[in-house]
Amino acid sequence: MSARAVKRKNKIHRDIAFPICNTIFLCLLVFVTLYPVLNTVAISFNDGTDALRGGIGLWPRVFSTKAYVSLLTDPLMYSAFFISVSRTVITTFLNVILTSMLAFALSRKEYVLNKFITFMMVLTMYVNAGLIPGYLLISRTLHLSKTFWVYIIPTMFSCFNLIVLRTYIMGLPEALAESARIDGANDMRIFWQIIFPLCTPVLATVALFVAVGSWNQWFDTQLYCGSKKNLYTLQYLLKMKLATTTQSANSAATSADALKNTTQTTPVTIRCAITVVSAVPILVVYPFLQRYFVTGMVLGGVKG
Amino acid sequence: MNGATPKVYKKKKGFFETLKGQGWLMVMSVPMLLYVLLFNYSPLWGWICAFQDYKPAKGIFGSKWVGLGNFQWLFSRDDFLLSIRNTLAMSMINLVMGTLSAVILAVLLNEVRNRAFKRSVQTLTYLPHFLSMVIVVGMAQNIFASNGAINDLLLKLGIVDEPVFFLGEEKMFWWLVGIINVWKEVGWNTIIYISAMTSIDPTLYEAASIDGAGRFQRMLNVTLPGIKSTFVVLLIMNIGHLMEAGFEIQYLMGNSQVIDYSQTIDVFVLKYGISNNQYGRAIAAGMFKSVVAIFLLFLANFIAKKLDEDTLI
Repeated sequence: MSARAVKRKNKIHRDIAFPICNTIFLCLLVFVTLYPVLNTVAISFNDGTDALRGGIGLWPRVFSTKAYVSLLTDPLMYSAFFISVSRTVITTFLNVILTSMLAFALSRKEYVLNKFITFMMVLTMYVNAGLIPGYLLISRTLHLSKTFWVYIIPTMFSCFNLIVLRTYIMGLPEALAESARIDGANDMRIFWQIIFPLCTPVLATVALFVAVGSWNQWFDTQLYCGSKKNLYTLQYLLKMKLATTTQSANSAATSADALKNTTQTTPVTIRCAITVVSAVPILVVYPFLQRYFVTGMVLGGVKG
Repeated sequence: MNGATPKVYKKKKGFFETLKGQGWLMVMSVPMLLYVLLFNYSPLWGWICAFQDYKPAKGIFGSKWVGLGNFQWLFSRDDFLLSIRNTLAMSMINLVMGTLSAVILAVLLNEVRNRAFKRSVQTLTYLPHFLSMVIVVGMAQNIFASNGAINDLLLKLGIVDEPVFFLGEEKMFWWLVGIINVWKEVGWNTIIYISAMTSIDPTLYEAASIDGAGRFQRMLNVTLPGIKSTFVVLLIMNIGHLMEAGFEIQYLMGNSQVIDYSQTIDVFVLKYGISNNQYGRAIAAGMFKSVVAIFLLFLANFIAKKLDEDTLI
């Protein structure tokens, strides 16, 4: 009798123990996830010379907004911010329109080129010519380097986004398009007036993916616009200010004046302030879009 | 199927006749096809340069042919062989650590009954996925600095006597990359597993409980088998990506002290192709990588077929 009671007690004990441990573990995980972010924010609001001592946790030790003031007085920051915003907005807009149109066309089973085009599109996920041939095409054949368009034109297509959109459109009731067709609407009209508005959730997902990808891109600046200061993006400015020690081995693909900038010692507070500035737009948009992207990921993940 | 009648009707119509009625669909899709042909397929033409001593001034037709010389040069170089090793090592570490952490986190999240708590944990752990690698490396430099948080913690716990210079230790580089990638992607990678778990029939859990299965037994015998097919598909797909160890993190975090362990094939290509202008050799290295990657993809697809899972191509 008593043995059974002990056993039951143990069982109850275990049933409470696991959720508690689990909750503690997950809280710890959230803490580990957020710590580097909050730490960076704290350092960015700390006094520059004091920050060199290290040991700043989640709160600035000697509060100072000097780093942000010096960013605000740097004209390069404004132009970089402007370039980053414009490339992101234009790329996202074009990508969403073009990819959703393509997805619509490839969702029509009666379209005779459907199989061929779909095959060619999916194959891009497997065939990759590599960095240098792409670089030669963009810089030498198309002469896009040192222009703003190098941020827009080469990033127009992603097969993953196509699959996400196409899967979603194929899941819409066939009767919608069919009834519009009977009423005499052509395919373009069906797309714009019926399909496109219905795709809002998945369009938001794709827009988020494209926008984040474009905003976070720094390598194209380095590769194609390293000598054009007026085309620098925020991420590239930040990249140049990463601690100088890690840069010595990586002097590749930077022009003379870009190199000069990297070797200047940057106070850690300024680096953190740029980090915050370049992360804030994502943190602001993120909560509004986050209910959409899980659906998108699952749609794309299942097919892709 | 009653769809058979229109099909027969369609077959009567010629290919071009049908196409004529689909003008708008062509307007929507053909420009993107041309775009892909230009930006994704035409660079393949550049692979010819892998067999040349390519000089941009002379062009593909004027450059000297060297046959397999570029490849011979590559495989005679220690730093290329090291970058193959580093690429494979880091992608393996990323694969194992990334998959394990995601599965564990997904299983743990699946056990959380409080919806609000579950959602907040998910939302917060997805967040780093959206931060750029530049930002992440910048943060890592703060955290792993000799006076950063990790060293503070290790010193306080008495595990080390003096600060470890994480970013300058060759042996630690791979693991650092693995840890940073897990930090960045673990939440994001759970999405697909959690969605697989929601499709597990709840009656299976009930049946298991009635049969006397405890919480851990339910996890082992219901949850894990429920995500098995997703797990296998993702694993096989990742075999196809073994040549992709990433490039940004190694490029941004590498330095002269750790270069033997940090240089991946992509970084090698960049170094020789862009800064040393040795296009032929760099293209050969990139081509080697792409060809091996395609081979791995076919291998992965073959394994998938053998295992009777979904095919990938």
